[in-house]
Amino acid sequence: MKNVLPFEKPVVELREKIAELKKISGDSEVDLSEEISRLENRLEQLENEVYENMTPWDRVQMARHAERPTTLDYIERLFTDFLELHGDRYYSDDEAIVGGIAKFEGKPVTVVGHQRGKDTKENIRRNFGMPHPEGYRKALRLMNQAEKFNRPIISFIDTKGAYPGKAAEERGQSEAIAKNLMEMAGLTVPIICIVIGEGGSGGALGISVGDKLYMLENSTYSVISPEGAAALLWKDSNLARKAAESMKITSYDLQELEVIDGVIEEVHGGAHRDIEGQAAKIKEVIKSSLEELNQLSESELLEKRWQKYQQIGSTTSVLKREESEE
Amino acid sequence: MLRDIFSKKRKYATISKQAEREDVPEGLMVKCPSCRKIYYRKELEKNKLVCPNCDHHHTMSAKERIDSLMDEGTFEEWDVQLTSDNPLEFPDYIEKVEKDQRKTGMNEAVMTGKGNINGFETAIAVMDSRFRMGSMGSVVGEKITRAIETAREEQLPIIIFTASGGARMQEGVLSLMQMSKTSVALERFSRSGGLFISYMTHPTTGGVSASFASLGDFNFAEPKALIGFAGRRIIEQTIREKLPDDFQTAEFLYNHGQLDRVVHRHEMKSTLTTVLDIHQSGGDAS
Ligand SMILES: [Zn+2]
Repeated sequence: MKNVLPFEKPVVELREKIAELKKISGDSEVDLSEEISRLENRLEQLENEVYENMTPWDRVQMARHAERPTTLDYIERLFTDFLELHGDRYYSDDEAIVGGIAKFEGKPVTVVGHQRGKDTKENIRRNFGMPHPEGYRKALRLMNQAEKFNRPIISFIDTKGAYPGKAAEERGQSEAIAKNLMEMAGLTVPIICIVIGEGGSGGALGISVGDKLYMLENSTYSVISPEGAAALLWKDSNLARKAAESMKITSYDLQELEVIDGVIEEVHGGAHRDIEGQAAKIKEVIKSSLEELNQLSESELLEKRWQKYQQIGSTTSVLKREESEE
Repeated sequence: MLRDIFSKKRKYATISKQAEREDVPEGLMVKCPSCRKIYYRKELEKNKLVCPNCDHHHTMSAKERIDSLMDEGTFEEWDVQLTSDNPLEFPDYIEKVEKDQRKTGMNEAVMTGKGNINGFETAIAVMDSRFRMGSMGSVVGEKITRAIETAREEQLPIIIFTASGGARMQEGVLSLMQMSKTSVALERFSRSGGLFISYMTHPTTGGVSASFASLGDFNFAEPKALIGFAGRRIIEQTIREKLPDDFQTAEFLYNHGQLDRVVHRHEMKSTLTTVLDIHQSGGDAS
């Protein structure tokens, strides 16, 4: 079985058995329809059980699934006339981030997103979707262009993190990310950010400041990878499963923490099982967000963006805590 | 923005200059961790905690920094009462915070407020690496955001001294989002014409380095301060080679065009004064 995650093994096995029975019954005189329909009912049940009860670690696996759709997979299905644009104009073109102009339902937009490879060769070219400073600077260049020509920006987030390398530090990884955070805050066009896979720390954040932040159901967004957290907390990266739970990194966790605007549901088994269907769901969210955001004046847009970020966090007062102890 | 009525008054006892410090232990004598020479504590303090022998810049607490910089009696602290919640219900987190509160006399890893530097009024935020390694959680993000916003409202410049290991893991993604929050506040401040001076001290890494620390109209750093995005060990593992000794030091950043100046602590006050002076008319040539 190719790319089957441990927790969904029973589902896949049953599905294969049904397919096999169907084949047999097609090839012979034996009537297996009763058995097949019984198993199909069972499959539906099992799918509900398995996919409605996914643990955070299951979702981490799903977010990293080898067949999980990437930014370019969605671009192809959500937009027309996509024209990819390259280079940061300072140093080079970082293929860990893609970007360009396109039309969404006939209207011009700018699209940016992290881009993983589909195979080893492409992954090497794209540095496994882990950007260098020039990736962030390219994205910013394209977003500034979007502002100039009054196009909304759609950003797809899908990275393990910004690349931790020597050259990246020399060229100012911190500055590149920081600058994007600040500049995106001030762009006078709507910005819609969608986490489609892994939202790895500052490297994810670097293209995800905006008016709306959505997450696909089986995507994650975290300050540190579960493996990294486990290594720091318990000096044992094998405890990643436990860390995935305590760090609260799933879409539903982030909804509860009031960090995101909504969860975009996935079909049972994850986005890769029905890319067309997944793209259609994303399309609805982009459409309704743009309808809402296009009503706002530039100053209203920036004011709302500020209010959105201003309220994120959880603090209390010493006075309050001491009162409650009395 | 709701400001607690108690915010301007310091209600809780603070530990003074004599607070224990990791590399300058309590007591009469102090050993320099860099050159191992032993000094009278008073002698070191008189030299702004810079080693007279090897120039090592010892860790300064937030309060020491403010005392050494602001005109006497002018500093007014903001949002003293804000303290960490435990949004992820992380085991032992509150206990760790409370332990550092006792150790440092601060409620969180940053002190904010306003005061005068050689007569120039300015807002200021100073991080303290002794408190949870200066990590940024919700409170640090909120206090810095409020300080920036107050500076905007009162048309003051703001100086931020950073000293932080990055985002605070125990608050998960909420810590990460403080990077955006402070940056959005700085954009608003910058759009209104505000002057922001970022002054990086040892260490300034991870999420703090990749947000407000790098966003100053002026970016300064203390000599030899560790400044960078990713941890040295992670980079060495990733690229499978040993990094040079000066990697991610203030001097390294300066040589790669990331800093306006490396500023010795003895020049700190005069350098800031010059910048504040030149901007006091808001850049207006008249
Ligand atoms: Zn020394």
